[in-house]
Amino acid sequence: MPVSPTPLDWFPLWLSLQVAASATIISLALGIWLAWLLANRSFTGKELVDALSTLPLALPPTVLGYYLLVVIGRTSWIGRAWEEVTGSPLVFTWRAAVIASTLHAIPLLVKSSRAALESVDHACERAGRSLGASEWRIFWKISLPLARRPIAAATALAFARSLGDFGATLMIAGDIPGRTQTAAIAIFDAVEAGNTRVARLLVIVISILTAVIVFVANRLEQRRAA
Amino acid sequence: MIQANFTKAFAGGRESSGYSLEAQFNAEPGVTVLYGPSGAGKTLTLDAIAGFVAPDSGRIMLGDRILYDSGATVHLRPQERRCGYVFQNYALFPHMTVRQNLAFAADSLPRLERHRRIAELLESFRLTDLAGRYPRELSGGQKQRASIARALIAEPAALLLDEPGRGLDAVLRRDLYSVILEMKATLRIPMLLVTHDLEECFALADQVLIYDAGRIVHRGSPLELLQNPGTPAVARLLGDFNLYEAEVLAMDPGRQTSRVRLLGQEWNGPHLRGCFKGDRVTLCARPEELRLATKPGPNRIRVETPRVLERPQSIRADFGEELIVDVPREVWREKPDDLWVEIPAESLRQLR
Repeated sequence: MPVSPTPLDWFPLWLSLQVAASATIISLALGIWLAWLLANRSFTGKELVDALSTLPLALPPTVLGYYLLVVIGRTSWIGRAWEEVTGSPLVFTWRAAVIASTLHAIPLLVKSSRAALESVDHACERAGRSLGASEWRIFWKISLPLARRPIAAATALAFARSLGDFGATLMIAGDIPGRTQTAAIAIFDAVEAGNTRVARLLVIVISILTAVIVFVANRLEQRRAA
Repeated sequence: MIQANFTKAFAGGRESSGYSLEAQFNAEPGVTVLYGPSGAGKTLTLDAIAGFVAPDSGRIMLGDRILYDSGATVHLRPQERRCGYVFQNYALFPHMTVRQNLAFAADSLPRLERHRRIAELLESFRLTDLAGRYPRELSGGQKQRASIARALIAEPAALLLDEPGRGLDAVLRRDLYSVILEMKATLRIPMLLVTHDLEECFALADQVLIYDAGRIVHRGSPLELLQNPGTPAVARLLGDFNLYEAEVLAMDPGRQTSRVRLLGQEWNGPHLRGCFKGDRVTLCARPEELRLATKPGPNRIRVETPRVLERPQSIRADFGEELIVDVPREVWREKPDDLWVEIPAESLRQLR
């Protein structure tokens, strides 16, 4: 008697997309702000901020996850404060997955956005100042529009990166099917359990999605170069 | 009026020696040209006045407003200085049309006034038909006009132009000169213009500040500078002087004349202030003041075949040994084989 295949669970994929989208939005805002600070301001500890913003790129994901557990775990003051306000812990929720993905994506955005903002013709920004425009207006009307392509390309790649985070997410969000199990973790689980059909399907979907994102990012970069 | 008196120093690095700028000048309404070689501190002066660079000490006033004062620790932001700045590369916002570029600058004006002002400047800078174009679709001259128009939108109290003629061909340059001369006649604000083009200097300047290695080494109207370059260094910067090391042979204060030895022979010279017999002085003479002669005579020297440079209005004959002569073309055509150059006594000017 043929075994009817169990209906495929799409939840991990949806969760991954939601987590990646949230993480990209947060890291975009935070990353551009940091990049602007690093590109335009001199302050004490600038080198430290620069190094710290790059660190997540270099650290092993599990190490990053461990640090996150220390900082936002239930015994940390952030974790306790969160629990005090919302009534439930922060770790082992989809929000924790968003935090892990954000950290994963942010170095890329800071680096690329800083380079993009620094490559904007400074004479244009000076012209803006001599014409009486505030720094805020210069940023929104001149610097950001002129740097938009490389920043958009970096955003696309950051989205792809947060889509695929495994180690840090597993450490602080866990592997709770239907709650915190993202696509990357679901693939690992499926392979472990010998469920090749699920693993293969998720791999194909993620691969296609990532390929499209990389293609878009490359197009953005090329149009800038042209 | 701009009253500037400030210093700015940059410490030397491992591979560069330090640099310091000392600028002290007043600029009345009209065109003040900052003339000098690259790296002399001209653009840095504009940047300090515009507020992009903070001087180390001194004071900068525009009208009755203090833009910078190290004593009172005043350093207005560029936004508050009301200095229009025309950048060397125009610095038009590439993602905005000409009209949007102007509108960006007009943001602080009331709405109706804004439209009127933009239309007015588009019109007077012949940009109305180009208002919808992006900077990349404009020629060099059009970009130049757009960037000047943009700088004028908010009615600046001073206009700073950094090498506006650079990269423009002769026709566009003339165009630019007439735009600047018209602004000079209508705006009545001080305009500082950086250049290392002598022609531009003479075409536009009311006052010239000559920069060399971070100092203003001489100043005056263009004509004053030609008649009295002051020092050999300035004469060299102004380009075309013949410079002579001369020995004073005799002075005649009664007739206001002198006798000097230069180029190996005796010459009649002008009255030389503060000089005595036996002193050594540096004299200069401009090429157009030297004359060609066909026979020997006082203040003449025999010359051989020159190197010849064709110039638009004349022939420049270089006989070597600081004997460069500008000769009208028809005179040059009729010249005989035997040639003398005459240095009239009054063309010899004393340098410090």
